[in-house]
Amino acid sequence: MSAPNKTFDPVEVEALKPGEVERARDEALAAFAAAVNLAALHEAKIAHAGDRSPLALANREIGALPPAAKAEAGKRVGQARAAVNAALATRQAELEAERDARVLVEESVDVTLPWNRAPRGARHPLTTLQERIADAFVSIGWEVAEGPEVESEWMNFDALNIHRDHPARTTQDTFFVETPGANEDTDSLVLRTHTSPVQIRTLLTRKLPVYVICPGRVFRSDALDATHTPVFGQIEGLAVDEGITMADLKGTLDHFATVMFGDGIDTRLRPSYFPFTEPSAEMDLRCFVCRGESVGNPDRPCRTCNSEGWIEWGGCGVVNPRVLRAAGVDSDRYSGFAFGMGLERTLMFRHSVADMHDIVEGDLRFTLPFGVEI
Amino acid sequence: MRVPLSWLREYVELPAGTTGRDVAEHLVRAGLEVETVHQSGLGLTGPLLVGYVLEIEELTGFKKPIRFCQVQVGQNPQDSRGIICGATNFATGDKVVVALPGAVLPGEFKITARSTYGHVSDGMICSAREIGLGDDHAGIIVLPDECEVGADAVELLGVRDEVLDIAVTPDRGYCLSMRGIAREAAIAYGTALRDPALLDTPAPTRTGHPVRLLDPAGCDLFVARAVRNIDPLSPSPLWMQRRIQLAGMRPISLIVDITNYVMMEIGQPLHAYAADRLTGPITVRRAQAGEILETLDGQHRKLDPEDLVIADASGPIGLAGVMGGGATEVQPTTTDVLVEGAHFDPVVIARAARRHKLPSEASRRFERGVDPNAAAAAVQRAVDLLVLLGQGEADPAVTVESTRPAAAEQIVIDATLPGRVAGLEYSREIVAGRLQEIGCTVEGADTLRVIPPSWRPDLTDPNDLAEEVIRLEGYDRLPSTMPQVPAGRGLTVKQRYRRRVGRELAGAGYVEVLCYPFVGQKDFDQLGLPEDDSRRTTLRLLNPLSDEQPELRTTLLPGLLATLRRNIGRGFNDVALFETGLIFSPKPGAVPPPRLSGEHRPSEEQLAALDAALPNQPAHIAVVLAGLREPAGWWGPGRPAAADANSTLWADAIEAARSVARACGVELDVTQAQYEPWHPGRCARLLVDGRVVGHAGELHPKVLTELGLPPRTSAMELDLDALIPARDLPVQGPLVSTFPVATQDVALVVDDGVPAAAVESALTRGAGVLLESINLFDVYQGERIGEGKKSLAFSLRFRAADRTLTVEEATQARDAAVSLATEQTGAVLRGA
Repeated sequence: MSAPNKTFDPVEVEALKPGEVERARDEALAAFAAAVNLAALHEAKIAHAGDRSPLALANREIGALPPAAKAEAGKRVGQARAAVNAALATRQAELEAERDARVLVEESVDVTLPWNRAPRGARHPLTTLQERIADAFVSIGWEVAEGPEVESEWMNFDALNIHRDHPARTTQDTFFVETPGANEDTDSLVLRTHTSPVQIRTLLTRKLPVYVICPGRVFRSDALDATHTPVFGQIEGLAVDEGITMADLKGTLDHFATVMFGDGIDTRLRPSYFPFTEPSAEMDLRCFVCRGESVGNPDRPCRTCNSEGWIEWGGCGVVNPRVLRAAGVDSDRYSGFAFGMGLERTLMFRHSVADMHDIVEGDLRFTLPFGVEI
Repeated sequence: MRVPLSWLREYVELPAGTTGRDVAEHLVRAGLEVETVHQSGLGLTGPLLVGYVLEIEELTGFKKPIRFCQVQVGQNPQDSRGIICGATNFATGDKVVVALPGAVLPGEFKITARSTYGHVSDGMICSAREIGLGDDHAGIIVLPDECEVGADAVELLGVRDEVLDIAVTPDRGYCLSMRGIAREAAIAYGTALRDPALLDTPAPTRTGHPVRLLDPAGCDLFVARAVRNIDPLSPSPLWMQRRIQLAGMRPISLIVDITNYVMMEIGQPLHAYAADRLTGPITVRRAQAGEILETLDGQHRKLDPEDLVIADASGPIGLAGVMGGGATEVQPTTTDVLVEGAHFDPVVIARAARRHKLPSEASRRFERGVDPNAAAAAVQRAVDLLVLLGQGEADPAVTVESTRPAAAEQIVIDATLPGRVAGLEYSREIVAGRLQEIGCTVEGADTLRVIPPSWRPDLTDPNDLAEEVIRLEGYDRLPSTMPQVPAGRGLTVKQRYRRRVGRELAGAGYVEVLCYPFVGQKDFDQLGLPEDDSRRTTLRLLNPLSDEQPELRTTLLPGLLATLRRNIGRGFNDVALFETGLIFSPKPGAVPPPRLSGEHRPSEEQLAALDAALPNQPAHIAVVLAGLREPAGWWGPGRPAAADANSTLWADAIEAARSVARACGVELDVTQAQYEPWHPGRCARLLVDGRVVGHAGELHPKVLTELGLPPRTSAMELDLDALIPARDLPVQGPLVSTFPVATQDVALVVDDGVPAAAVESALTRGAGVLLESINLFDVYQGERIGEGKKSLAFSLRFRAADRTLTVEEATQARDAAVSLATEQTGAVLRGA
């Protein structure tokens, strides 16, 4: 390295000649342009913009120039270095962008790969269906009541106006529980044949008025086949208040049908007989698939309702005053209505389930598609 | 009850062209459950004629007897056809049913002239089955002699008909008769009823067959009349046979057919005794102990003292209202009969039919109530038919023994009641009119005094009458209104928590199943439960579906494990199931529930006694899991990675229990335990506040072998009711500190037998309030720490609410934690 020129010897400095500065600048620009990647650019940067690059070295020679020449040489070198640094930054940005783009391409994956590492579970559709029905009623102010599955005969039969010799008592295929110590003054325990004992328990214990929905498991000694199961779900509703009418029953069922099956789906009542209601009715649901349009229309048959336009859904009626009295309710002041339907049956037609076996067997292929809500 | 439309038309004038479906619709609207409308004779087109067999040529040389018959099918013998026939139950001079070429029989069986057995057969001689008249194919139909040759047999035989099959509800006993159905049809169509029971009955005489009613509660009316010199060879007329058949019974003989026919027509079961086989007066009484009766079905039945019997001097001759006796049965040669029409108590008959497992057409009617006022008419109708069809002579003497009260009970009903029940106004005229329509007598204006008809014993309360008015006015006229429901309180805590728990487990990958609650001791044997295990004490069903599983579950595991096995059997190796349901555990010393009346509310003591008789029925929740919790895949191995002793499936089972508890807002304490059916070294006892609430872990390998389940299958079962709090326990919002965290790791060496939970709990308590969280991140066993030891590595995070902790503070807290762990579990800081 040479010392600063203090003698103002008008020596010509080769490196500061305009031609040399231009050459150094052009070489640098060419080298940057030629750098194909960041590593090559780095090399070029050291060679052409580093401390030992021609322009850096030339810059140091400026001090040796006579004062009159300094300004011009300084300007020349400064402009060249600025051009070089700008080109370097531009190229650097270009190459970085290229690299970044390439990395993203290289890191790409097959997003169609499965990721079922945490298999999901499901709740049984009977459970969720029962909850959905309960919610439909809770949202209009009703409450949900429950009771035991092993019941006394009084709760299951007598209180519901099904006395000991009533034909209905023998036609319900009751499971009787062995009751040691039984004699003529005692009854048996039974597996409840319907959820109606919950209605009795409700009337016995709650303050009137009551509006309750009673879901639960019930039992009849039928063998399992495509449409029957000895253990099945039922959901019953009970309203007891002053001035309750059969029209209120009809309105409540219509509302229920709409909530469960959509607008315009109403219900139809057909006279029938149950010991615990009077009047009693079978409740039909307007077919939510064909909406009755398949009736008398052989070109458009409906499998859901067998082209009858209606689907049998459950039983209902005005609570028999005898039942109210058995539960200690003043039947002159209060009246009520009750209705009930099978959960399996509802599930079968609402979700096109063809075979009861699928509902009871616990095959996970059946349950999984129903998820956690229905 | 099967109702042939042609028969129904005899009592109701139905509009011309009315179809069975139309009648069915009307009856359904009136509350009769019409199950099907059967079209009889559908697909049959003529010519089907009465033929006269002129000549029979027996053909020989065939495998079976074949006849070539000349049958006259027109007015004169020239209209005859040669017909091949394989039946042999007819002779020259008989009248038969002939289908001529061009006829189509049911099943699209087209009749043509064809060559067979060397002759041209120009038609077919028909059996009952071939023309859709039932199942009889034993021979061809031989018609009575009075049938006119060449007459249309379709008309003659009543081949074409529609039959309504009606399921009669228990309150509508009167509809087990043409008379009852006709009454409903007449009301539905608004036309007149021709009541078949409305016929003149002779006044009783004192000279009839003596009858004594010794049990008025069981039998309060007995009508009897003899018919003599009946021609025992008289067959039942075709029309009667056809009606009996369409109504679902079998024609037997003229006398029996007439009693059945009248029963179906009027609803009064009748019995015909062979008069020559009766000895002495008839008594109606309870059976005496030891008495035996041979019933018509040939069974010798030991009678119960509660059985009501018809007896004569020889002893019981019939089980009243259920079935007659063999000794007095009408014989093929019987010419003299005594026809009985009696009224029995429904309960007595129902119990007898049940006791002897002998439901009959008669008992079915008596159980539901028979019109006592029609008994005399029914007897008279049968007598008339025996005279008319059997050429008998009616005995002028008529026995009517009755202890019935003269007047029926009156029901007082406010004329506005039906409207108040329905929610729709009915005028007084409508109410009274509808009640009169069903046969009531009605008096009064605002308050009606109503006497229901004798055939409606079900009408006893004002509401019974209201129902009649509302149904006849039509349920379709009811308005649709909503009651004013007071504000509800939503789901109970229990209901909400149960849902939460279900969602929690489903979210964790478990699939809910609902198993039958039936188990047997074999299930407990398979689970390896000791003989004295309390879960073996069960409730037992008297009438189980299966003798293998006659008991009610005390644990959810048998059902769940069976369902697990079913899924595995169907090709699923990785299965995680859960169930929520009641178990039934008998209360020691429980007594049966008292027998109480349904007429009024029982006393509090009586209600308490009913509930005291019930078993405990807590809700349990259980999971079972086999195979992998997380599947293997392109990402690597599944979890648990090992299916050997290093399997961690047991931990998943315990975690399932913990997550259930967390969903209920409680933390489970987990301790090591031994409890069947779990693996003795891999079983956790689960406690809340020191109370055992369940168990979890891997199942015993022997149990798994026994059940055919894969190794390492794990399970947990919890008493869900014990976990769910009585009231909501709202989470208290924590204060969140924004000061930095200070993390300190410690590795502690303890004896193998020291539970990690004990070390963690000591560390937690020792660390004090600055500890934010603690995490066990490694368990090491091996040479470096020596036999019988394990190293537990914990990460402790400290944070203060109000300042940045210094390193000294964090270290001090860690040291305090370690020192308590050392004190309580013998833990030694690893490397120290």
